[in-house]
Amino acid sequence: MSEATKPVVKDVTTMAAPVSLKFRARAGKDLSRFLRGMKERRIVGRVCPSCNYVYVPPRGACPTCGCPMGDERVLPETGTITTFCIVNIPFEGQKLKPPYVCASVLLDGADVALFHLVGGCDVNDVRMGMRVRAEWVDEADAELSLETIRYFVPTGEPDRPLAQIREHI
Amino acid sequence: MSTYNTSREEIAIVSFVELTPAEASQLDEIETIQTIVSRATDGAGIARDRIGFTVSGSCDMLVGRPFSWIMAMDGAGVSKPIEESHVEMDGAWALYEAWVRLQHGDIDAALIYSFGANAAEDLMQVLALQLDPYYLAPTGINAAEVAALQASAMLAGGATERQFAEVAVRAGLAVSVEAALAEPYTNRPLRASDLPRFSDGAVAMVIARGDYARSVCARPAWIQSMAHIADSHSLGVRDLSKAPSLEKAARLAGVGEKPTDLVEVHAPFGPQEVLAIEALRAAGLHGTAALNPSGGTRAAQSVMVAGLAAIGRAASAIHRGEASRTVGHASSGPALQHNLIAVLEERS
Repeated sequence: MSEATKPVVKDVTTMAAPVSLKFRARAGKDLSRFLRGMKERRIVGRVCPSCNYVYVPPRGACPTCGCPMGDERVLPETGTITTFCIVNIPFEGQKLKPPYVCASVLLDGADVALFHLVGGCDVNDVRMGMRVRAEWVDEADAELSLETIRYFVPTGEPDRPLAQIREHI
Repeated sequence: MSTYNTSREEIAIVSFVELTPAEASQLDEIETIQTIVSRATDGAGIARDRIGFTVSGSCDMLVGRPFSWIMAMDGAGVSKPIEESHVEMDGAWALYEAWVRLQHGDIDAALIYSFGANAAEDLMQVLALQLDPYYLAPTGINAAEVAALQASAMLAGGATERQFAEVAVRAGLAVSVEAALAEPYTNRPLRASDLPRFSDGAVAMVIARGDYARSVCARPAWIQSMAHIADSHSLGVRDLSKAPSLEKAARLAGVGEKPTDLVEVHAPFGPQEVLAIEALRAAGLHGTAALNPSGGTRAAQSVMVAGLAAIGRAASAIHRGEASRTVGHASSGPALQHNLIAVLEERS
């Protein structure tokens, strides 16, 4: 290419535009109950007064009935893995070293699964239907956070048949 | 066919509720929506199963959480499932979508709600992110500074600071014109009384067709017409001293066709109210037209809610029998860029 035909300006294909904003989140009444429970290492759900579904974490309204939640329900720390995935990719802010397992855990007595991590076993041993229980941080380290449960660990009990958890997957 | 943007079907606003800022500041988004939706439907004797369409207006940037409106929808009872839509805009545009949807003539009613729980530390900075990302946003200009540019252009075009001060008094943000003019500038030529007082808020509304509207509401606020027009996104190519899109929308909605009893204008910054009224008058607004009798939306302004609130208040005046023809206005974007006009009427 001769000097005369060379483009003078190269096309700009990318532009950096960093944006930084600060937010102060508000938990609301229901999530506040759950988070206070976490601080005491208790899992607090709530029952829909209309369809009797037990939600954990509790939410401001039942998405099926559209009504406010009813009674509080303290749930056991044991449950069943309904579905899961193995995370192999490292990314910023990760708490565990890959590979590790993210799972939906249906706590005993709850109707919706709680999303959390699974630890204390080989990732290849995790199964749908596997029984697990919450592994708490020490009492002194308990926070207003779901991270007060470090992760769920296998209990060693027999798996729950898939037929029993199918509607919660 | 009419030259105006009129309703093809008989459609009316039959229910409208607002959450007070004090209530809104205690609740999260789901709780907020559960509260206003149940008040606007169950509380107004409107059966949920008659609602064929639900649409919301909000902005994720206010809480800093992606897709926050999807989670918030739980408050409306959505797992039936329902037919649903969302605009990342002021709820007034959700109303527009619902109005268009009802003109298909196959459903009785639509639910519209809008919420703005502001969690941002600097909302003026968040609002500036709607500017174009190449030429304007990188300058770091914030929403108050954009509004000050507009106010300067207005002063150069013949407006006066006294007019701005009169708006502040009407909004309850200054005790007198003299007191307002004595305030120091915050962003010259703007003073504190020209700025919005941001607050949390939420509103819900139900619109319904023909006989169903009459059966649930003693005095439905019939939507005679609705229109919305946008000016250029780029501030540099606009004459900021005018609001041509507002005037055009008002003409399309036929604002000047009959005398108007009441106007509720959504002007985020005081001087914009002067501009909006001028544009409405240019489009033929006449009659006794009480101006923002509710005090306007500036004294407790919830972003993404205020426009729908203005239209809802214009409807409420008809519900209460205080007016028989009202005009509601909503704005969106920087410096009154995008404007929506709704003309509401009482019918015997």
